Order: sequence, then C-alpha cells, then structure tokens
Amino acid sequence: MNEKIKKASRHTNQNEGLIFEKSSPGKRAFELPPLDVPAADPAKTLGASHRREGIEGFPEVSEIEVLRHFTRLSTWNYAIDLGMYPLGSCTMKYNPRVNEFVARLDGIATEHPYQPQELSQGCLKILRLLEKCLLEITGMDAITLQPAAGAQGEMTGLLLIRAYLEKQGNPRKKVLIPDSAHGTNPATAVIAGYEVENIKSESHGQIDVEKLRDLVTPDVAALMITNPSTLGIFEQRIPEIAEILHAKGALLYMDGANMNALAGVTRPGDLGVDVMHLNLHKTFSTPHGGGGPGAGPVAMKKILEPFRPVPTLVEKESGRLALEPVRPDSIGRVKAFAGNFGVLVRALAYILAYGPGVRQATEDAVLNANYIRKHLEGVFDLPYSLPSMHEVVFSDALQKKNGVNTMDIAKRLIDYGFHPYTTAFPLIVPGALMIEPTESESKEECDLFIAAMKSIAEEAATNPQIVKTAPHTTRVRRLDEVGAARKPVLRWKPVTTRSEAAD
Amino acid sequence: MAYPKQFRYTKEHEWVEVKGDVATIGITDYAQHELGDVVFVELPKPGAKIETGKSFGTVESVKAVSEIYAPASGEVVEANGELHNTPEKLNTDPHGAAWLIKVRLTNPAEIGKLMDAAAYEAYVADKAKETSA
Amino acid sequence: MRYLPKSPAERKEMLGAIGAKSIDELFSSIPERFRLREALNIPGPYSEAEVIQYFKERAAENSNGYTSFLGAGVYNHLRSVVTDAIIQRGEFLTSYTPYQAEITQGTLQAIFEFQTLMCQLTGQEVANASMYDGSTAMTEAVLMAERLTGRRRVLVARSVHPEYREVLKTYAKNSGLHVEEIPFTASGAVDSKALQAALKDDVAAVVVQSPNFFGVIETHAALAEATHASGGMYVVTVAEGVSLGLVRPPAEADIVAMEGQSFGLPPSYGGPFAGVIASRDKFVRQMPGRLAGQTVDSEGQRGFVLTLATREQHIRREKATSNICTNQALCALAATVHLTLLGKEGLREMAEQNFSKAQFALSELLKIPGVKRTFDAPFFNEFVVELPRSVKLINAQLLRDKIIGPHALGTAYPELTKRALVCVTETTSRAEIERFAGALKRALEQPV
Repeated sequence: MNEKIKKASRHTNQNEGLIFEKSSPGKRAFELPPLDVPAADPAKTLGASHRREGIEGFPEVSEIEVLRHFTRLSTWNYAIDLGMYPLGSCTMKYNPRVNEFVARLDGIATEHPYQPQELSQGCLKILRLLEKCLLEITGMDAITLQPAAGAQGEMTGLLLIRAYLEKQGNPRKKVLIPDSAHGTNPATAVIAGYEVENIKSESHGQIDVEKLRDLVTPDVAALMITNPSTLGIFEQRIPEIAEILHAKGALLYMDGANMNALAGVTRPGDLGVDVMHLNLHKTFSTPHGGGGPGAGPVAMKKILEPFRPVPTLVEKESGRLALEPVRPDSIGRVKAFAGNFGVLVRALAYILAYGPGVRQATEDAVLNANYIRKHLEGVFDLPYSLPSMHEVVFSDALQKKNGVNTMDIAKRLIDYGFHPYTTAFPLIVPGALMIEPTESESKEECDLFIAAMKSIAEEAATNPQIVKTAPHTTRVRRLDEVGAARKPVLRWKPVTTRSEAAD
Repeated sequence: MAYPKQFRYTKEHEWVEVKGDVATIGITDYAQHELGDVVFVELPKPGAKIETGKSFGTVESVKAVSEIYAPASGEVVEANGELHNTPEKLNTDPHGAAWLIKVRLTNPAEIGKLMDAAAYEAYVADKAKETSA
Repeated sequence: MRYLPKSPAERKEMLGAIGAKSIDELFSSIPERFRLREALNIPGPYSEAEVIQYFKERAAENSNGYTSFLGAGVYNHLRSVVTDAIIQRGEFLTSYTPYQAEITQGTLQAIFEFQTLMCQLTGQEVANASMYDGSTAMTEAVLMAERLTGRRRVLVARSVHPEYREVLKTYAKNSGLHVEEIPFTASGAVDSKALQAALKDDVAAVVVQSPNFFGVIETHAALAEATHASGGMYVVTVAEGVSLGLVRPPAEADIVAMEGQSFGLPPSYGGPFAGVIASRDKFVRQMPGRLAGQTVDSEGQRGFVLTLATREQHIRREKATSNICTNQALCALAATVHLTLLGKEGLREMAEQNFSKAQFALSELLKIPGVKRTFDAPFFNEFVVELPRSVKLINAQLLRDKIIGPHALGTAYPELTKRALVCVTETTSRAEIERFAGALKRALEQPV
C-alpha cells in the first residue's frame, strides 16, 4: 500500500464463537421479579399434550457474556459512525442520536396501537406533522405512512394506480420500467398483478422519450421511473414524460430512492409525478440497522387519495385526530397497525432539526458527489457524462485491462478503511462503481476517499494482484459464497450424539 | 473443451444428443463458463411436457439465475437427479455426466434445424469477440 | 447546521475545484421553472433541546400513567436495558445490509444466531433473517405455499388476527388467490369439521394462529393431518412468541409465520417489529427474505454470508419469490439479544408467569357478577370474557380509574359484541389485576 495514504480506520479482530457454543446449563442473564399470584400448573390447566419441555440448545449464559459476545460481534462491522459509507443508491448519511433518544421516550415507545385514540393524540400529532412535512417536500396532495419499507411502498403505489384505473373500468395490463431501474420495481409490478415491459435507455442514460411515445399503449397502466435515475442523472424531460402518459390515461410512478438529490430544490409533484414512495431510511436518516427496519410512505396526487390503504389519519371537526379503519374504495391494509411508528418518529425528528434547511443538506450531497466526480474523472471511466446529482457512476473499463474489476476495487477500498461503493449496479453500466457520498462527509473525508481511489487505480496498473486478493486487513478474508450456496448451513446445531447420527 | 460432433446445439447454448426418439439435453461448456460456479439446478419431473423455445428449468450461480430453453418439444422421461446434490458437475463435465434431462421427442425432425458442432463453435467464437470488443 | 460538516469556505473551495460558479450550477439539469424559489414551509430548524421538547410534549398527550390490559397482537413484556445498550452501538445501528461480508461479520453472525433461535423456538428446520412483521410474514407464508403447491385456494381460520387477515386479502386480490374463512367453535378453537368440509385438492394452504386471536391454544395434529391429506400446506402463525416458552411448538406445520415483537421490542404504537418465516429444509428455495449462511474464508476460518440470494428481487427481478428487499435487522438483533439474555430458564419462567397471571386474572374477573368466560379451551396469556354491557362504554368508565380496559371484539367480530379480550403478562402485577377487577365491578354496578 502507498505509505502516503492515511488510513481512515483499522479493524478490530477479536475472536468470538457462536453464543450457543458458550452455553452451559444453569447459567442465566435475566431474572424476573418473583411471581405474585398462585402458580398455575400448566400440565393440569393447559393439558399435558400442549406442554413443552425445555428448548433444546437454547442458550444459557450470564449477562457479562451476552454483553461481551454482542460487543465483540459489533467490532466486526463497518458503520457510518466509523467513516464514509459511499454506497450508491443507499444514502448512508449520519443518523442523529437524538432521534434514537426521542423514539425511546416513555409515552412514545410504550404506546399500544389499540389504546383509546383520546389517549393517543400525541402519537397521532406526530404522524400528522410528518405527513404535512413530507407533502410539502414532495409537492403532493395526500400521503400514507403505513408501508413498512420502500418495496412495500412501491407495491402500495402500484395498487393505488390499479384501484384508480379499475374504478375507471380497466386496470390495464402493463407497467413500463427502464432498464436502469432497481430490481424491486419489476418484482413489485408483478406482485401488483402487472406484466413488466422494459424500456431501453437512450445513449445518455435517459428515458428514450421518442420510444416511450410508441410504447404507451392503452394497455399501459404506468411508467415507474427513478429520478434522479440510478445513474445519478436528473431525468430532464420528466414533465414531458408525464404528459405523454397522462394523454393516454396512464400514470407516472416515481421511485423516491434518490430524493436526497431533490429535497428542498424541486418537487416531484410539480414535475408531473402522480405517486411516489419515500425511503425514510435513506433521505430522512432513519438508521439502516444492518438492513432494516425502514418505512416507505407513499405520497400521491388527489386522484389517488380515495384509494389510500386503511387506516387513514383524519382530522375531526373537534380538532381531534383519529385513525379511520374503513374507507369504501381503499386498497385495503398493507401492514398490521399504523405503520412503523418508531421509524416515523425518527424521520420527523430529523426533519425538525433541519426545517427548511433540508435544502442545504441536498446541496451539500450534490456538492460532495460532484467534487468526487471531478477528482476521479480520468482515473476511472465515466460512461455517462450528463451532470451528476447526488451520486456518480464510473465503470471499471480502464482497470479491467489489468484484470481488475469493480468488485476487486471495492474490496481493496476496505483495506483503506472505507466501506465499498455499490458494485455492478445499475445493470446498464457493465462493471459499475456507484458512489454516493451524502452530505454527511466533510471535505477532509472526501479527500481521503479520493486519495484512496486514486491509489487503488495505481495499484491496479502496477500490482493488480494486491487488489484482486483484497481485503487483506479484515477479520475474515474473501468468503466462499459458492460453498455456502451449494451446501447451505443456515443454523447452528448441537453436536450430534452417536445414536442420533446413526438414524 | 471440444464440442462433440454427435451433438446438435442451440443459440441459447443447450446441446442435444438423439438416440432413437429420445433426446438427451444439457448445457454447453460455453454456457457453464459464462454462468460461473453452478450452485443449484432446477429440473422438471419425468412426465412433464416441454415445448420448443420455452423454459423448462433454471441453473443458478451465486449471483445469477439462467433459464434453460427446450431445444425441441417432448415428454421428460428422466431428469438427472445427481445434479441436485452435485451441481458442480455442470462446471466440470457439462457434455457428459452433467446432462440435464432425457426427453421423448414429439417431432424428432426439429433437431435437424439446430446447429452442428462446427456451426456452434463459430457462433461462440463470434460471441467471444463481441464481449471483448 | 450541526449535522453538516462543512464551513462556508470549504463549500466555496469545493465549488471552485469542480469549476462551478455557484451551487445552483450543479442543479442546472433541473428545468428552471421547476426549481423551488421559496423556502419549504416546514417547522424548524430545531436545536437538539427543542427536538426533545417537541417529542416530550407529544408523549405527555399519550397514555402515560395508565395500566393496560391490551394485547391483541402487541404485548408488553419485560426488557433488559442490555438489549438497548447493544442495539444502540453504532456498529450495529448505523451499518448497512451485510452485502460486503468481510466487514459485516457482526451483523451476519447475529442473523445466523437469530435464525437458529427461531428454529429452536418454532421446532422448524430453517428460518429467515426476518420479515416486516407478523402480518406480512403470514401473507408471505401463504404466497410461498402457493408457489410450492401450484394451488390458489387458501383457508384461513377466522380466529387469526383480523388485521393479519386484512393484509392477506390485500395481497391476494391481485395475485389471483381465493381466500376463505374457517369458523371457530363454541370453545374458541378452529372448527375442524368446517375445515374438513372446505378442504379439497385445490387448497394451497390452511392458516391457523396459535395462540389464536382469542388467546386459545390450537390442537394442531388433526388440522395438519386433514390439510396434508388434501395435499395442502399447514401454515401456523404465532403472534405471541413468549407462548413458545411453555406451549409445544407447531411441529406439524410446513411453514410457521411468527411475530417477534414479544422478544424485546417495545409496542411503539404498532411498529417496527420483526416477522419471521420458518419452514422445512426442503422448502428453503421457495422461502422469501434474506438468509445468512455459514461458510469459510480463503484461509479456512469460519465466517458468514448472505446466501441463496438468487431467490431475491435484486437478481431475479420480476421472477423473485417476493419484492421484499429488507429484513428488520435491528429488530431481529434486539430479539436475538433479548432471547439470549432470557435463555432457556428465563424464557420458560416468563412464559409460566404469563400463564399463571392470566389464570389468576380470569378467576378474579369471574367473581364479578355478570362477567362470563366465553371460550373454554386452554389459553396462554389472553382470554375472552363476556360483559353485560357494551365493552366500549365500560372501557370509557375504566379510564377514570387510569385503566385501559381490554380490547373490544365487536368491531372485528360482530358475533362477539359485549366480548372483551383481556391480556395479562408478567408485567401486570397482582395489585393491578385486583384494581382492574375492582374498577370493573364498580363500573358494572352503576346503573346504565
């Protein structure tokens, strides 16, 4: 490694087995207060056939062992709290700690979804204010906060479109999806009962508007578009695209995954979008937590409002807020209870901290992406040259000549103390390096990242082997994914005794 | 790996070997190479009908799933059960032990339309040029 | 702004490096007329203290200070402070989905441990890394059964959580599934004769909840046998996971769909929770959701990766088993830490306390004139009582005593008006149960 490069971190490599391997009968980490009612005899009252014996293999450890076990595991993770996380399309920004604090308050975390609504006005006001803020940011007319994640938001959005078209007499058959789209788009369209027709992007990576004109037939229910696209490029002709669809009675769905490029600068509602979802764990900073929980509110135009999932939040004449469980044209319920409330609380805390200043966050995110692009252009191949918004997509074409691909570069980045960028996506860029720094990175951190990328490019030319076998400094080396998939081991099992092994 | 002369080949990189009215179908060495390490193979059960040009199964690598298309129509008489436990055979012996299914052909004449070994070799040589360009 | 790490001078310097005159230039691809000219009309910016103040004010408008007898799919259980200490570690909290296995072994191993715990609890062979919640897990279990059987008819017990059934209907409407309900008997369990009559060779899945929405523990053997005889899959959903510390797991099930909220997750007004799907090894390729698997690295050390990813949307696109991208990793981690803390003995003891306290509460309530037990089947920590008057009116009276009364069943079950679903967990003290019984007695003594 180039000695001049300052590493952003070093990894801690403590050894730790599985918790089940530490277990020893009779140890415990949790005690309950003594039972203050007569003990009922389960064998009698429950019936012997329902009674369970102790769970075989269930852990028996002490509190310090539990704490130490999970703390050690935690040291094997990279995290935003440790450094830059330039995963394109994932918007890994700072997760403010105050959001965690307020989500755990007594009176917030403790509330039961079935408690009387007169004792839930605080919860409902939080939901109401979040609705208003998100409507203002998106320029839409109505919203549902219920979907549990972006993918469920997408499904909800498509079901709204379907219900609206059905009400007009014909749900139609097809959903158009650009080839640059995220894989959830087509998967969701199928779940909503639609056939998928892929549209090829034009040479600049934008939607081919002329081709679209021909593709929008009376069979087409909607176009699902990501804006900015997964190339990090704003779809400049989006108002025209909306007009083409609307003229044929079809609707425009926008995947809001990249809203971090737009918040406070422009509004999808003004651009002609009919319905969109937001990933609160991206733009609105709720923690990814290693892969969830998220929340995927869906904002829409007035025409889709009657079809919103139940329950819907309404304001009574008295000024009281209420969740209404029944609406005649609703697409139904997409999740039990009223959404991932705890995630919604965190998103509102984030928005309140910024207020209208959310625009500054957007500007800084775009500034960072363009700063990195400027410094890495020429070092890495830039297949699409239109202006970048919040992320930039390079390809590994220059490094491939030396047998180094995007995954190798990504893995080598780990040795420099960074999380890799997104590899091999979008699909329309072979060997893609998709970099999204977000607004949370200082100039210093961006410079470190740029230096690391340049150094890796140099290594790819002079010492490709070190890149191809990376990472070298992590607790584990590259893992055998083929073996894992051929002979899946998906759970721990107690060591088998001889009699068990015999049958 | 050489492409056996007695086989016929499709553009989707399947091979067919006909004996009487029963055809053995597999994927070519080129196909296994493109797929990478095969981790799972899904095949139809004996008795299932397959139709020319339609998918009859899938081959999975760690990060991709590929459909296998029927080179001809017919009824499956046997599926290679070995591949369930040893999918890696598709990488090591695609033209032999890792055959996929045996099919009783509805119309054996269909096979005549497929490429012979020489034509297929030229076809994949072209493909290879395309991807390196 | 305190979250943004740039000085005005640095912004200027970076713009200069890019070669842009102003920040607006970076937004030039957005047509001029669509660019916002005015500041957004949203409250803020708030300092940290103001953010806390806002939420404390809202919290004060909720149910602080009340004793609750609500369950119905969301349960109050003891939680160790250790769980929050762990899940608030930045390395877990602010980490992404573990696609880069070399630097996410912590999350991956924790998921592997979660999968193991879920198998142990449910008596199944394989469990996924978690789903959104119980309602969507149950729905995905049904879709999985549809893929495995190629059949389209689904029989769902009416004693399954009403909201779970609603979610299933939303998904079924557009995937061509036909959902029918199987009634419950006078004892509160699934009507096995009605099930038998509805079962034909076109049934993909029979869905039963246990303990069911009324708290009743179902007897699976006969139901599963009848389902299997018709070639369908027996799907069991579990909304109250703590019951598995005491009640025999649904070993007869082909698929178990569970809500994990009871394992260390606060009620949080309905979410986020963590659903789970557990099943048989042979069905794993039709299972939705992420899976962590054990493997070795290039030096032979044990390590973990996300595996069998070809089932998922980012590879299979429109042919994926589900459109779900996420699991509820942090919630699953909380459940893993919580269950590890409880351990074998702690979970058993917690379950037994729930059971004993619910038995005690029932006997106390039955001493009140006019209160009757509705179902006589065995139950875990919830049971149904019949009151002489509208549950909603009585609950309104109980609020004066700072008691949130039991869930009224009449809305979801018109045939069960005047019936209330009482939930008692280990967090409910004897004194609270007695206070509730006393308040209910007084409420019923008042003239209508």
